[in-house]
Amino acid sequence: MVYPYIPHTDEDRKRMLEAIGVGSIEELYASLTEDLLLSDSVPISHGRTEDEVLRMITAIAQRNSTGIPFLGCGCYDHLVPSTVQTLASLPSFVTAYTPYQAEMSQGLLQASYEFQSMICEITGMDVSNASLYDGANSAAEAATIMIGSKRKSKAVLVSGTLHPFTLQVLHTWALGTGNEIRVLEEKNGVTDLKSLHSALTDEVAGLIVQTPNRYGLLEDFSTVAEQLHEKGCLFAISSDILSLAIQKSPAEWGADIAIGDTQALGLPLAFGGPSCGYMAVTKALMRKIPGRIVGATVDGQGRRGYTLTLQAREQHIKREKASSNVCSNQALAALMTTIHLSSLGWSGMVEAAQQSYVKAHYLAYHLAQLPGMTLVWDVPFWCEFPLRFSDSKKMRKFLQELRNEGIFAGVRLSSLTRETKDELVLLVAVTEKRSREELELYLAAARRVMK
Amino acid sequence: MSEPLLIDKSKKGRKAYCFPALDLPRGFEQALPELPSHLLRIKPARLPEVAELDVVRHFTKLSTLSFGVDNGPYPLGSCTMKYNPKLGEQIAQFPAFTTMHPLQDISTSQGCLSIMYNLLEDLSSITGMSWGSLQPCAGAHGEYVGLKMIRAYFLERGEVARNKVLVPISAHGTNPASAVMNGFDVVTVASNKEGLVDIEDLKSKLDGSVAALMLTNPNTLGLFEKDILEISASVHECGGLLYYDGANLNAIMGMATPGDMGFDVLHLNLHKTFSTPHGGGGPGSGPVMVNDTLRPFLPKPDIELTDGGYVYTWDRPLSIGKVSMFWGNFLVLLRAYVYILRMGSEGIKAAAAHAVLNANYLKSKLEKHFDVPYGGVCMHEFVISCENLKKEYGITAQDMAKGLIDEGYHPPTMYFPTLVSEALMFEPTESESIETLDAFADSLISLLERAKKDPAYLKGAPYSTPVGRLDEVRAIKEPDLHY
Repeated sequence: MVYPYIPHTDEDRKRMLEAIGVGSIEELYASLTEDLLLSDSVPISHGRTEDEVLRMITAIAQRNSTGIPFLGCGCYDHLVPSTVQTLASLPSFVTAYTPYQAEMSQGLLQASYEFQSMICEITGMDVSNASLYDGANSAAEAATIMIGSKRKSKAVLVSGTLHPFTLQVLHTWALGTGNEIRVLEEKNGVTDLKSLHSALTDEVAGLIVQTPNRYGLLEDFSTVAEQLHEKGCLFAISSDILSLAIQKSPAEWGADIAIGDTQALGLPLAFGGPSCGYMAVTKALMRKIPGRIVGATVDGQGRRGYTLTLQAREQHIKREKASSNVCSNQALAALMTTIHLSSLGWSGMVEAAQQSYVKAHYLAYHLAQLPGMTLVWDVPFWCEFPLRFSDSKKMRKFLQELRNEGIFAGVRLSSLTRETKDELVLLVAVTEKRSREELELYLAAARRVMK
Repeated sequence: MSEPLLIDKSKKGRKAYCFPALDLPRGFEQALPELPSHLLRIKPARLPEVAELDVVRHFTKLSTLSFGVDNGPYPLGSCTMKYNPKLGEQIAQFPAFTTMHPLQDISTSQGCLSIMYNLLEDLSSITGMSWGSLQPCAGAHGEYVGLKMIRAYFLERGEVARNKVLVPISAHGTNPASAVMNGFDVVTVASNKEGLVDIEDLKSKLDGSVAALMLTNPNTLGLFEKDILEISASVHECGGLLYYDGANLNAIMGMATPGDMGFDVLHLNLHKTFSTPHGGGGPGSGPVMVNDTLRPFLPKPDIELTDGGYVYTWDRPLSIGKVSMFWGNFLVLLRAYVYILRMGSEGIKAAAAHAVLNANYLKSKLEKHFDVPYGGVCMHEFVISCENLKKEYGITAQDMAKGLIDEGYHPPTMYFPTLVSEALMFEPTESESIETLDAFADSLISLLERAKKDPAYLKGAPYSTPVGRLDEVRAIKEPDLHY
């Protein structure tokens, strides 16, 4: 069989083997003893042509069905300009690797520098890296910074209102390391900050909170930074980055570390990945932030150029003394966010956030009028809100009937937490992308089911 | 040749995108109270205000100032910069995948689940392992997860004293860094004269405090650790486990499996071995695969096939838990699955065979002119040393690399592995033809001749790029990290 991805002809192989001085390719594998060499092909299917693969994948894709998504919980369906996918598909971006050779990678490096700049602008922080895997992993990296920043610390305090998956990733982070995650309980849908003071023991290195939180609710962090800094602790805030067009930025709350996902800015739902984690910190933490950082400098002729910098933090230089093991990040996803923000500008970002706010409140207001469902708490929210059903049968019927009409009505909180106390809570997300017609369709169906 | 920052082209009032007007009933927006003022943002962010064509020209220009596999040969050792089939790109744009929400009802996402399940089956077959998890987002993330499972395994057995991870000197930097992130102490294992694990040194370090040995096979010198069965038996005998860094699997896939070599857990780099694009540094994907010993510790949820279709299973008491936000970099998994479907069992074996053929062919051409400290047959990559060149002419590995840029090539990996001084590490991959390899070797050899006659020329390279060598010290001392 001839493989289009392998250019060798019989003649090529012959000439190459002669030049090497062996009789066959098998001879090149002589260092693999016979008990290691497979006698048969590995048990996967035979190769297929492009057309066969296309037909097969098209058939598999038909087992997916899409609806009008009112689903959020860390992954949102926002409007994305056509520039994003088109430009992010340019092959010199797609098929390059980490720009180790700066002179021939100025484009990628400059795009990263622009990404870092935008993240700093939006979060208000001093230093951003060039991306991390996702928001949950950014939180784990923030925990590492915290522990490394306070002597003899071994615990990181986290709010019980973190996204359930972020919380789970943090528990995994602590497993077997001697460090612990201590959860600050919630009250009325937000972090119970009254218990913060007593929780700040010497072992605690910092606090990680989230706003909008797991319920979509906006939290109030007045006086939190002061309390933490007084005890030598760091403060990290995780946010859906688009929400920062409306709500206070992490810097404005006095945070040391800003973390989260940029998915809301230009990335498709894509079954949850690739997303793109961001992390930005104060100047004091510049040499502790994990991952790639691009800096501007000059060449021998004084021309401005960009290069990977502050690499003394990184694994390929410092090995076991590195601040993190990050090597590959989410560069192309970060590029999509950069193109998205370049297209929207600040006014566009505010517009998307503001319309999401208004539309979510429109739906919430009308749903709250219906019998059998209530808004769980009277706390400000942005584009996502929790509804509590009076009974589970009704909830199942609601979800099923709306699905039949092509509406994905929300995410059951218990599908994330697996806790019975959350079984009757539905999280509903509304973005600027949902048209009036789609909102009315949702409401009409809801009225029918809940009457 | 350079491109200004987009923010410097900004002009107040320009727009590159317009949102539809809000069309809710009149009065609703007016009646809606604003958020409490103490929650509101104070300072606006400074972002570009430009027209759509400005955005298009800016990023198109930036793409011309970048270099990928589609632009030319990219023999970056240990990174497997092979061709990324366009079929994968086409399929990854299908709305039936891009518009899927990770939390939609499982009855509506059976297509995605089937791809993940079948990919796991194929990866299990290719690696000789029992099962795996697709959640890790990159190779280093996979290492972190694999070592976390090893940690959990020993905790479960009450063997809390196993606190050491052995790492050969030739290992990737991520290996020791991942070990430390899991609270392990790193112990370095020496290499012998042949560039392989020094078995005597290894055995002297094996005791009840060892949790695991991390090994890349073939190693970063491009050599197959031929005594791997003895190595794995020794580690297992002392109660430790074996971790396989899959960065170099491209040399042996379809030929041999890490499972047969005795490894207990490994990660794969789908963006290397399985041809998904590197994206300028990511997103990659780093699935972890395990044998039966470690299977209970895999991240959750698992995916199972039941009579009612594919389901997630969360009830896994020994699992280390979740390791990423959702299910992994799905669109990368999809591309890797497409590659495996396309190549099939014979195709992946052919890929390995030709990667090894290409590396040996290129080495045979270069070794007449350059020092190859660890000679003999190599696998998919090999390392030359510019040490003598440096001594005689003052020409370093970096100088040679920069010279190659002017010739239209991406340079090989520089200064790694550290075992070889002034190292250049070449991995041509199976994608390149004999003509490309001939031309590449000729370029490198003529650069060498020029370097000997006129060292100053190479010291000034590259000349064809928008900037020359950059002042790295200034970048560190006077950090300029944002506009």
